[in-house]
Amino acid sequence: MATYSTNEFRGGLKLLLDGDPCTIIENEFVKPGKGQAFNRVKIRNLKTGRVLEKTFRSGESVEAADVIDRDLQYLYSDGEFWHFMDNDTFEQYQADATAMGDAVKWIKEQDTCMVVLWNGAPIAVDSPNFVVLEITETDPGLKGDTSGGGGKPATLETGAVVRVPLFIQSGEKIKVDTRTGDYVSRVKDE
Amino acid sequence: MLAELRRYFAGAGVLEVETPLACSSSGTDPALQPVMARYTGPVFPQGTDLYLQTSPELGMKRLLAAGTGAIYQICKAFRDGEAGRLHNPEFSILEWYRPGFDLGQLMDELAEVVRLAVERPELEPVCESYAGLFRSTLGVDVFDCSAEQLQALAIEHHVLGAEGLNLDRDGWLDLLMSHLVQPNLGQGSLCFVTDYPASQAALARVNPDGRTAARFELFYDGVELANGFHELVEADEQAQRFEADNCRRKAQGQPPIRVDRLLLGAMQHGLPDCSGVAVGLDRLLMLRLGEKDIDRVMSFSLQRC
Repeated sequence: MATYSTNEFRGGLKLLLDGDPCTIIENEFVKPGKGQAFNRVKIRNLKTGRVLEKTFRSGESVEAADVIDRDLQYLYSDGEFWHFMDNDTFEQYQADATAMGDAVKWIKEQDTCMVVLWNGAPIAVDSPNFVVLEITETDPGLKGDTSGGGGKPATLETGAVVRVPLFIQSGEKIKVDTRTGDYVSRVKDE
Repeated sequence: MLAELRRYFAGAGVLEVETPLACSSSGTDPALQPVMARYTGPVFPQGTDLYLQTSPELGMKRLLAAGTGAIYQICKAFRDGEAGRLHNPEFSILEWYRPGFDLGQLMDELAEVVRLAVERPELEPVCESYAGLFRSTLGVDVFDCSAEQLQALAIEHHVLGAEGLNLDRDGWLDLLMSHLVQPNLGQGSLCFVTDYPASQAALARVNPDGRTAARFELFYDGVELANGFHELVEADEQAQRFEADNCRRKAQGQPPIRVDRLLLGAMQHGLPDCSGVAVGLDRLLMLRLGEKDIDRVMSFSLQRC
Protein backbone atom coordinates (compact mmCIF):
# COMPACT_ATOMS: atom_id res chain seq x y z
CA MET A 1 0.00 0.00 0.00
CA ALA A 2 1.61 3.22 -1.13
CA THR A 3 1.23 6.16 1.26
CA TYR A 4 2.10 9.84 1.28
CA SER A 5 3.28 11.76 4.35
CA THR A 6 1.78 15.21 4.83
CA ASN A 7 5.25 16.53 3.95
CA GLU A 8 4.66 15.26 0.40
CA PHE A 9 1.30 17.04 0.05
CA ARG A 10 1.02 19.36 -2.95
CA GLY A 11 -1.58 20.33 -5.49
CA GLY A 12 -2.59 17.43 -7.75
CA LEU A 13 -1.53 14.63 -5.38
CA LYS A 14 -4.04 11.74 -5.41
CA LEU A 15 -5.18 10.30 -2.07
CA LEU A 16 -7.61 7.60 -1.00
CA LEU A 17 -9.98 9.08 1.59
CA ASP A 18 -12.91 7.14 3.04
CA GLY A 19 -12.57 4.74 0.15
CA ASP A 20 -12.84 7.42 -2.55
CA PRO A 21 -10.06 8.73 -4.77
CA CYS A 22 -9.39 12.44 -4.20
CA THR A 23 -7.03 15.05 -5.52
CA ILE A 24 -5.41 17.83 -3.49
CA ILE A 25 -6.38 21.31 -4.69
CA GLU A 26 -4.67 23.33 -1.99
CA ASN A 27 -2.47 22.44 0.98
CA GLU A 28 -1.97 24.85 3.87
CA PHE A 29 0.53 24.28 6.66
CA VAL A 30 -0.97 25.53 9.95
CA LYS A 31 1.14 25.70 13.07
CA PRO A 32 0.92 27.72 16.26
CA GLY A 33 4.42 28.85 17.29
CA LYS A 34 4.25 26.69 20.39
CA GLY A 35 1.83 24.00 19.34
CA GLN A 36 0.70 21.12 17.19
CA ALA A 37 1.21 21.41 13.42
CA PHE A 38 -1.61 20.58 11.00
CA ASN A 39 -2.09 20.36 7.26
CA ARG A 40 -5.38 21.90 6.19
CA VAL A 41 -6.11 20.56 2.78
CA LYS A 42 -8.72 21.41 0.17
CA ILE A 43 -9.62 18.23 -1.68
CA ARG A 44 -11.77 17.28 -4.64
CA ASN A 45 -13.46 13.89 -4.53
CA LEU A 46 -12.80 12.55 -8.02
CA LYS A 47 -15.90 10.35 -8.05
CA THR A 48 -18.45 12.94 -6.94
CA GLY A 49 -16.58 16.11 -7.93
CA ARG A 50 -17.35 17.56 -4.50
CA VAL A 51 -14.78 19.83 -2.88
CA LEU A 52 -14.17 19.55 0.84
CA GLU A 53 -11.63 20.61 3.44
CA LYS A 54 -9.86 18.13 5.63
CA THR A 55 -7.37 18.54 8.46
CA PHE A 56 -4.46 16.18 9.00
CA ARG A 57 -1.96 16.12 11.81
CA SER A 58 1.40 17.00 10.25
CA GLY A 59 3.63 13.97 9.87
CA GLU A 60 0.67 11.60 9.45
CA SER A 61 0.62 9.31 6.40
CA VAL A 62 -2.32 8.89 4.06
CA GLU A 63 -3.01 6.10 1.59
CA ALA A 64 -2.26 6.98 -2.02
CA ALA A 65 -4.87 6.48 -4.74
CA ASP A 66 -3.81 4.85 -8.00
CA VAL A 67 -5.23 7.57 -10.20
CA ILE A 68 -3.91 8.65 -13.58
CA ASP A 69 -5.14 11.03 -16.26
CA ARG A 70 -5.03 9.70 -19.80
CA ASP A 71 -6.05 11.06 -23.20
CA LEU A 72 -8.38 8.49 -24.75
CA GLN A 73 -10.33 8.39 -27.98
CA TYR A 74 -14.09 7.91 -27.73
CA LEU A 75 -15.17 4.98 -29.89
CA TYR A 76 -18.88 4.34 -29.40
CA SER A 77 -21.66 3.82 -26.87
CA ASP A 78 -23.60 0.59 -26.46
CA GLY A 79 -26.32 2.34 -24.52
CA GLU A 80 -25.01 1.27 -21.12
CA PHE A 81 -21.29 2.00 -21.46
CA TRP A 82 -19.18 4.47 -23.39
CA HIS A 83 -16.12 2.85 -24.91
CA PHE A 84 -12.72 4.53 -25.19
CA MET A 85 -9.34 3.51 -26.58
CA ASP A 86 -5.78 4.47 -25.80
CA ASN A 87 -4.31 5.26 -29.21
CA ASP A 88 -0.80 4.29 -28.06
CA THR A 89 -1.50 0.92 -26.45
CA PHE A 90 -4.84 0.19 -28.20
CA GLU A 91 -6.15 -0.79 -24.78
CA GLN A 92 -9.89 -0.23 -24.43
CA TYR A 93 -11.82 1.14 -21.47
CA GLN A 94 -15.53 1.42 -20.71
CA ALA A 95 -17.04 4.29 -18.74
CA ASP A 96 -20.48 4.21 -17.12
CA ALA A 97 -22.97 7.09 -17.06
CA THR A 98 -21.71 8.34 -13.67
CA ALA A 99 -18.15 8.60 -14.94
CA MET A 100 -19.34 10.26 -18.14
CA GLY A 101 -21.28 12.99 -16.34
CA ASP A 102 -21.86 16.01 -18.59
CA ALA A 103 -19.42 14.72 -21.20
CA VAL A 104 -22.24 12.68 -22.82
CA LYS A 105 -23.80 15.93 -23.96
CA TRP A 106 -20.78 17.03 -25.93
CA ILE A 107 -18.67 14.23 -27.33
CA LYS A 108 -19.04 12.32 -30.56
CA GLU A 109 -17.16 9.38 -31.95
CA GLN A 110 -13.46 9.96 -32.67
CA ASP A 111 -13.22 12.82 -30.12
CA THR A 112 -10.29 12.70 -27.69
CA CYS A 113 -11.14 13.15 -24.00
CA MET A 114 -9.16 13.39 -20.80
CA VAL A 115 -10.21 10.34 -18.80
CA VAL A 116 -9.40 9.83 -15.11
CA LEU A 117 -8.57 6.19 -14.41
CA TRP A 118 -8.75 4.80 -10.87
CA ASN A 119 -7.23 1.34 -10.49
CA GLY A 120 -7.42 1.18 -14.27
CA ALA A 121 -11.14 2.00 -14.60
CA PRO A 122 -12.59 5.34 -15.78
CA ILE A 123 -14.17 7.40 -12.98
CA ALA A 124 -14.42 10.74 -14.75
CA VAL A 125 -14.43 11.91 -18.35
CA ASP A 126 -13.66 15.49 -19.37
CA SER A 127 -14.88 16.55 -22.76
CA PRO A 128 -12.64 18.95 -24.70
CA ASN A 129 -13.24 22.59 -23.66
CA PHE A 130 -14.54 23.40 -27.14
CA VAL A 131 -16.41 21.09 -29.50
CA VAL A 132 -17.84 21.58 -32.97
CA LEU A 133 -21.27 20.02 -33.44
CA GLU A 134 -23.96 20.07 -36.11
CA ILE A 135 -27.41 21.46 -35.40
CA THR A 136 -30.09 18.89 -36.07
CA GLU A 137 -33.07 21.01 -35.19
CA THR A 138 -33.86 24.67 -34.59
CA ASP A 139 -36.60 27.11 -35.53
CA PRO A 140 -36.08 28.75 -38.95
CA GLY A 141 -33.86 31.78 -38.63
CA LEU A 142 -34.82 35.37 -39.36
CA LYS A 143 -33.22 36.56 -42.51
CA GLY A 144 -30.75 39.37 -42.06
CA ASP A 145 -30.61 39.09 -38.29
CA THR A 146 -26.93 38.92 -37.47
CA SER A 147 -27.05 40.76 -34.18
CA GLY A 148 -27.38 37.64 -32.07
CA GLY A 149 -29.67 39.40 -29.62
CA GLY A 150 -32.22 37.17 -27.93
CA GLY A 151 -31.42 33.81 -29.41
CA LYS A 152 -33.34 30.53 -29.64
CA PRO A 153 -32.82 26.91 -28.58
CA ALA A 154 -31.06 24.53 -30.96
CA THR A 155 -30.69 20.76 -30.66
CA LEU A 156 -27.25 19.37 -31.54
CA GLU A 157 -26.31 16.03 -33.05
CA THR A 158 -25.41 14.71 -29.58
CA GLY A 159 -28.85 15.64 -28.26
CA ALA A 160 -27.62 18.63 -26.23
CA VAL A 161 -29.66 21.83 -26.44
CA VAL A 162 -27.88 25.21 -26.51
CA ARG A 163 -29.05 28.77 -27.13
CA VAL A 164 -27.89 30.12 -30.46
CA PRO A 165 -28.36 33.46 -32.28
CA LEU A 166 -31.47 33.77 -34.46
CA PHE A 167 -29.57 33.62 -37.76
CA ILE A 168 -28.22 30.09 -37.15
CA GLN A 169 -29.92 27.40 -39.27
CA SER A 170 -30.45 23.64 -39.01
CA GLY A 171 -27.58 21.71 -40.58
CA GLU A 172 -25.00 24.35 -39.67
CA LYS A 173 -22.06 23.56 -37.43
CA ILE A 174 -21.32 25.59 -34.32
CA LYS A 175 -18.55 25.78 -31.74
CA VAL A 176 -19.65 25.32 -28.11
CA ASP A 177 -17.81 25.94 -24.85
CA THR A 178 -18.51 22.72 -22.94
CA ARG A 179 -17.60 24.28 -19.55
CA THR A 180 -20.50 26.72 -19.75
CA GLY A 181 -22.66 25.17 -22.47
CA ASP A 182 -22.52 28.47 -24.37
CA TYR A 183 -22.54 29.00 -28.11
CA VAL A 184 -19.21 30.48 -29.27
CA SER A 185 -19.36 30.85 -33.03
CA ARG A 186 -20.58 29.46 -36.34
CA VAL A 187 -18.14 27.09 -38.05
CA LYS A 188 -17.99 27.00 -41.85
CA ASP A 189 -17.03 23.70 -43.49
CA GLU A 190 -13.67 23.84 -45.21
CA MET B 1 12.26 48.35 9.13
CA LEU B 2 15.37 46.96 10.85
CA ALA B 3 16.90 50.44 11.06
CA GLU B 4 13.72 51.78 12.69
CA LEU B 5 13.69 48.93 15.21
CA ARG B 6 17.34 49.49 16.11
CA ARG B 7 16.72 53.21 16.48
CA TYR B 8 13.81 52.52 18.83
CA PHE B 9 15.76 50.17 21.09
CA ALA B 10 18.81 52.45 21.15
CA GLY B 11 16.52 55.26 22.26
CA ALA B 12 14.90 53.04 24.90
CA GLY B 13 18.27 52.05 26.37
CA VAL B 14 17.98 48.40 25.40
CA LEU B 15 21.35 46.83 24.53
CA GLU B 16 21.73 44.92 21.26
CA VAL B 17 23.35 41.52 21.80
CA GLU B 18 24.32 38.44 19.82
CA THR B 19 24.19 34.88 21.10
CA PRO B 20 25.30 31.78 19.19
CA LEU B 21 22.91 30.23 16.67
CA ALA B 22 24.68 26.84 16.65
CA CYS B 23 24.80 25.44 20.20
CA SER B 24 25.44 22.18 22.02
CA SER B 25 21.93 22.30 23.53
CA SER B 26 18.55 23.72 22.62
CA GLY B 27 15.01 24.37 23.79
CA THR B 28 13.11 21.17 24.54
CA ASP B 29 9.57 22.19 23.47
CA PRO B 30 8.10 19.08 21.78
CA ALA B 31 6.34 21.36 19.26
CA LEU B 32 9.66 22.70 17.97
CA GLN B 33 12.24 20.66 16.09
CA PRO B 34 15.73 22.09 15.70
CA VAL B 35 17.72 21.82 12.49
CA MET B 36 21.04 20.10 13.15
CA ALA B 37 24.51 21.22 12.11
CA ARG B 38 27.83 19.45 12.52
CA TYR B 39 31.20 20.86 13.50
CA THR B 40 34.56 19.03 13.28
CA GLY B 41 37.93 20.60 14.12
CA PRO B 42 39.86 22.08 17.03
CA VAL B 43 38.03 21.62 20.37
CA PHE B 44 35.91 18.81 18.87
CA PRO B 45 38.37 16.76 16.79
CA GLN B 46 35.89 13.85 16.55
CA GLY B 47 33.13 16.22 15.52
CA THR B 48 30.01 17.27 17.43
CA ASP B 49 26.36 17.85 16.62
CA LEU B 50 25.14 21.39 17.13
CA TYR B 51 21.54 22.56 17.36
CA LEU B 52 20.66 25.54 15.22
CA GLN B 53 18.55 27.51 17.69
CA THR B 54 14.76 27.57 17.38
CA SER B 55 14.96 30.98 19.11
CA PRO B 56 17.75 32.88 20.91
CA GLU B 57 15.93 32.57 24.24
CA LEU B 58 18.32 30.34 26.19
CA GLY B 59 21.45 32.30 25.31
CA MET B 60 19.79 35.63 26.07
CA LYS B 61 18.62 34.38 29.48
CA ARG B 62 22.20 33.46 30.31
CA LEU B 63 23.18 37.03 29.52
CA LEU B 64 20.33 38.38 31.67
CA ALA B 65 21.52 36.22 34.57
CA ALA B 66 24.99 37.72 34.06
CA GLY B 67 23.49 41.14 34.71
CA THR B 68 23.24 42.78 31.29
CA GLY B 69 19.96 44.53 32.01
CA ALA B 70 17.47 45.03 29.15
CA ILE B 71 18.66 43.38 25.92
CA TYR B 72 17.40 42.72 22.41
CA GLN B 73 18.55 40.62 19.51
CA ILE B 74 17.73 40.49 15.80
CA CYS B 75 18.79 37.13 14.43
CA LYS B 76 17.87 34.07 12.39
CA ALA B 77 16.10 31.10 13.95
CA PHE B 78 15.63 27.61 12.55
CA ARG B 79 12.71 25.20 12.88
CA ASP B 80 12.71 21.84 11.20
CA GLY B 81 9.58 20.70 9.40
CA GLU B 82 8.02 24.15 9.05
CA ALA B 83 7.35 25.44 5.55
CA GLY B 84 4.20 27.03 4.17
CA ARG B 85 2.49 30.29 3.44
CA LEU B 86 3.45 31.65 6.88
CA HIS B 87 6.48 29.48 7.65
CA ASN B 88 10.02 29.04 6.44
CA PRO B 89 12.50 26.78 8.29
CA GLU B 90 14.97 29.68 8.52
CA PHE B 91 13.38 32.96 9.54
CA SER B 92 14.12 36.21 11.35
CA ILE B 93 13.32 36.89 14.98
CA LEU B 94 13.33 40.03 17.07
CA GLU B 95 13.53 39.05 20.70
CA TRP B 96 13.86 41.28 23.72
CA TYR B 97 13.84 41.10 27.51
CA ARG B 98 12.89 43.75 30.03
CA PRO B 99 14.00 43.18 33.64
CA GLY B 100 11.38 44.54 36.00
CA PHE B 101 8.60 44.62 33.38
CA ASP B 102 5.38 42.73 33.93
CA LEU B 103 3.41 41.41 30.95
CA GLY B 104 1.19 44.49 30.72
CA GLN B 105 4.17 46.81 30.36
CA LEU B 106 5.76 44.51 27.79
CA MET B 107 2.53 44.29 25.77
CA ASP B 108 2.32 48.10 25.72
CA GLU B 109 5.88 48.31 24.44
CA LEU B 110 5.28 45.54 21.87
CA ALA B 111 2.24 47.37 20.49
CA GLU B 112 4.36 50.50 20.11
CA VAL B 113 7.19 48.57 18.42
CA VAL B 114 4.79 46.85 15.99
CA ARG B 115 3.04 50.11 15.06
CA LEU B 116 6.43 51.61 14.36
CA ALA B 117 7.73 48.64 12.39
CA VAL B 118 4.69 48.34 10.13
CA GLU B 119 4.08 52.10 9.88
CA ARG B 120 0.50 51.76 11.11
CA PRO B 121 0.23 54.23 14.01
CA GLU B 122 -3.57 53.81 14.10
CA LEU B 123 -3.52 50.13 15.15
CA GLU B 124 -5.22 49.81 18.53
CA PRO B 125 -4.37 47.02 20.93
CA VAL B 126 -7.18 44.81 22.24
CA CYS B 127 -6.78 42.20 24.94
CA GLU B 128 -8.60 38.86 25.21
CA SER B 129 -7.98 35.97 27.55
CA TYR B 130 -7.53 32.50 26.07
CA ALA B 131 -10.41 31.16 28.16
CA GLY B 132 -12.58 34.17 27.29
CA LEU B 133 -12.07 33.57 23.56
CA PHE B 134 -13.01 29.92 23.85
CA ARG B 135 -16.08 30.89 25.84
CA SER B 136 -17.26 33.57 23.41
CA THR B 137 -16.35 31.72 20.18
CA LEU B 138 -17.08 28.11 21.09
CA GLY B 139 -19.13 28.38 24.28
CA VAL B 140 -16.89 26.17 26.40
CA ASP B 141 -14.94 26.42 29.61
CA VAL B 142 -11.45 25.59 28.47
CA PHE B 143 -10.38 24.44 31.94
CA ASP B 144 -13.26 22.02 32.27
CA CYS B 145 -13.10 20.09 29.02
CA SER B 146 -11.69 16.66 28.30
CA ALA B 147 -9.85 15.78 25.08
CA GLU B 148 -12.98 13.88 24.00
CA GLN B 149 -15.23 16.90 24.58
CA LEU B 150 -12.83 19.10 22.62
CA GLN B 151 -12.83 16.60 19.76
CA ALA B 152 -16.65 16.54 19.76
CA LEU B 153 -16.58 20.33 19.61
CA ALA B 154 -14.28 20.26 16.58
CA ILE B 155 -16.60 17.81 14.81
CA GLU B 156 -19.63 19.90 15.74
CA HIS B 157 -17.91 22.95 14.19
CA HIS B 158 -17.26 21.04 10.97
CA VAL B 159 -13.50 20.65 11.20
CA LEU B 160 -13.49 17.82 8.67
CA GLY B 161 -11.03 15.11 9.51
CA ALA B 162 -11.35 15.77 13.26
CA GLU B 163 -13.11 12.43 13.78
CA GLY B 164 -9.98 10.59 12.61
CA LEU B 165 -7.35 12.56 14.55
CA ASN B 166 -5.61 11.24 17.60
CA LEU B 167 -4.53 14.24 19.70
CA ASP B 168 -3.96 14.97 23.35
CA ARG B 169 -5.87 17.72 25.16
CA ASP B 170 -3.43 20.47 24.19
CA GLY B 171 -3.40 19.16 20.62
CA TRP B 172 -7.18 19.62 20.45
CA LEU B 173 -6.89 23.09 21.97
CA ASP B 174 -4.31 23.93 19.27
CA LEU B 175 -6.64 22.61 16.58
CA LEU B 176 -9.64 24.62 17.82
CA MET B 177 -7.51 27.72 18.33
CA SER B 178 -5.85 27.59 14.90
CA HIS B 179 -8.95 26.55 12.91
CA LEU B 180 -11.85 28.32 14.61
CA VAL B 181 -10.61 31.07 16.93
CA GLN B 182 -7.42 32.51 15.47
CA PRO B 183 -8.69 33.35 11.93
CA ASN B 184 -10.90 36.08 13.42
CA LEU B 185 -8.34 37.64 15.74
CA GLY B 186 -6.91 41.08 15.10
CA GLN B 187 -9.22 42.36 12.37
CA GLY B 188 -7.80 45.85 11.99
CA SER B 189 -6.37 45.80 15.49
CA LEU B 190 -3.53 44.24 17.44
CA CYS B 191 -5.10 41.37 19.36
CA PHE B 192 -3.28 40.18 22.46
CA VAL B 193 -4.36 36.78 23.76
CA THR B 194 -3.35 36.33 27.38
CA ASP B 195 -3.43 33.73 30.13
CA TYR B 196 -2.74 30.59 28.13
CA PRO B 197 -3.51 27.30 29.89
CA ALA B 198 -0.73 26.32 32.29
CA SER B 199 -0.21 23.16 30.20
CA GLN B 200 0.98 25.48 27.40
CA ALA B 201 3.22 27.63 29.58
CA ALA B 202 6.45 26.77 27.71
CA LEU B 203 8.98 28.97 29.54
CA ALA B 204 6.47 31.29 31.20
CA ARG B 205 5.73 31.31 34.90
CA VAL B 206 2.44 29.84 36.04
CA ASN B 207 -0.02 32.39 37.42
CA PRO B 208 -1.08 32.22 41.10
CA ASP B 209 -4.43 30.66 40.00
CA GLY B 210 -2.46 27.55 39.01
CA ARG B 211 -4.50 27.10 35.80
CA THR B 212 -3.05 29.78 33.56
CA ALA B 213 0.41 30.88 32.52
CA ALA B 214 1.81 34.40 32.28
CA ARG B 215 2.09 34.07 28.52
CA PHE B 216 0.59 36.11 25.69
CA GLU B 217 0.51 35.95 21.93
CA LEU B 218 -0.11 38.77 19.49
CA PHE B 219 -2.30 38.34 16.40
CA TYR B 220 -3.07 40.59 13.49
CA ASP B 221 -5.53 39.57 10.77
CA GLY B 222 -5.48 35.97 12.00
CA VAL B 223 -1.69 35.72 11.86
CA GLU B 224 0.42 35.05 14.93
CA LEU B 225 3.10 37.74 15.21
CA ALA B 226 4.66 37.38 18.64
CA ASN B 227 4.85 35.28 21.79
CA GLY B 228 5.72 36.72 25.19
CA PHE B 229 6.32 35.44 28.70
CA HIS B 230 6.67 36.70 32.19
CA GLU B 231 9.71 34.52 32.44
CA LEU B 232 10.05 31.53 34.68
CA VAL B 233 13.06 32.21 36.91
CA GLU B 234 13.17 29.13 39.20
CA ALA B 235 15.99 26.84 38.09
CA ASP B 236 14.43 23.74 39.65
CA GLU B 237 11.11 24.18 37.90
CA GLN B 238 12.93 24.93 34.65
CA ALA B 239 14.90 21.67 35.01
CA GLN B 240 11.64 19.78 35.63
CA ARG B 241 10.04 21.29 32.52
CA PHE B 242 13.06 20.34 30.37
CA GLU B 243 12.75 16.82 31.76
CA ALA B 244 8.98 16.63 31.19
CA ASP B 245 9.38 17.94 27.62
CA ASN B 246 11.94 15.25 26.87
CA CYS B 247 9.59 12.59 28.27
CA ARG B 248 6.84 13.84 25.94
CA ARG B 249 9.32 13.89 23.07
CA LYS B 250 10.25 10.28 23.75
CA ALA B 251 6.57 9.27 23.95
CA GLN B 252 5.96 10.93 20.55
CA GLY B 253 8.96 9.19 19.02
CA GLN B 254 11.05 12.38 18.78
CA PRO B 255 14.73 12.43 19.74
CA PRO B 256 15.34 14.01 23.18
CA ILE B 257 17.19 17.33 23.21
CA ARG B 258 20.42 17.84 25.14
CA VAL B 259 19.39 19.99 28.10
CA ASP B 260 21.05 23.39 28.57
CA ARG B 261 22.97 22.85 31.82
CA LEU B 262 24.66 26.22 31.42
CA LEU B 263 21.30 27.99 31.47
CA LEU B 264 20.20 26.00 34.53
CA GLY B 265 23.48 27.00 36.23
CA ALA B 266 22.89 30.64 35.32
CA MET B 267 19.33 30.45 36.67
CA GLN B 268 20.62 28.98 39.91
CA HIS B 269 22.91 31.99 40.10
CA GLY B 270 19.84 34.15 39.53
CA LEU B 271 17.75 35.26 36.58
CA PRO B 272 16.25 38.68 37.27
CA ASP B 273 12.47 39.02 37.30
CA CYS B 274 11.75 39.93 33.67
CA SER B 275 9.38 39.67 30.74
CA GLY B 276 10.45 38.81 27.23
CA VAL B 277 8.92 38.52 23.77
CA ALA B 278 9.85 37.05 20.39
CA VAL B 279 8.48 38.61 17.21
CA GLY B 280 8.43 37.05 13.74
CA LEU B 281 10.10 39.76 11.67
CA ASP B 282 9.22 38.25 8.30
CA ARG B 283 5.54 38.31 9.26
CA LEU B 284 5.88 41.94 10.40
CA LEU B 285 7.35 42.73 7.01
CA MET B 286 4.43 40.92 5.35
CA LEU B 287 2.07 43.12 7.34
CA ARG B 288 4.01 46.26 6.48
CA LEU B 289 4.03 45.43 2.76
CA GLY B 290 0.56 43.82 2.57
CA GLU B 291 1.95 40.48 1.37
CA LYS B 292 0.11 37.21 1.97
CA ASP B 293 3.00 34.76 1.49
CA ILE B 294 6.23 34.74 3.50
CA ASP B 295 8.08 33.81 0.32
CA ARG B 296 7.35 37.35 -0.95
CA VAL B 297 9.34 39.04 1.83
CA MET B 298 12.37 36.72 1.82
CA SER B 299 15.28 36.99 -0.57
CA PHE B 300 15.42 33.23 -1.12
CA SER B 301 13.01 30.93 0.71
CA LEU B 302 13.46 27.18 1.14
CA GLN B 303 12.63 26.26 -2.47
CA ARG B 304 15.26 28.65 -3.82
CA CYS B 305 18.02 28.83 -1.20
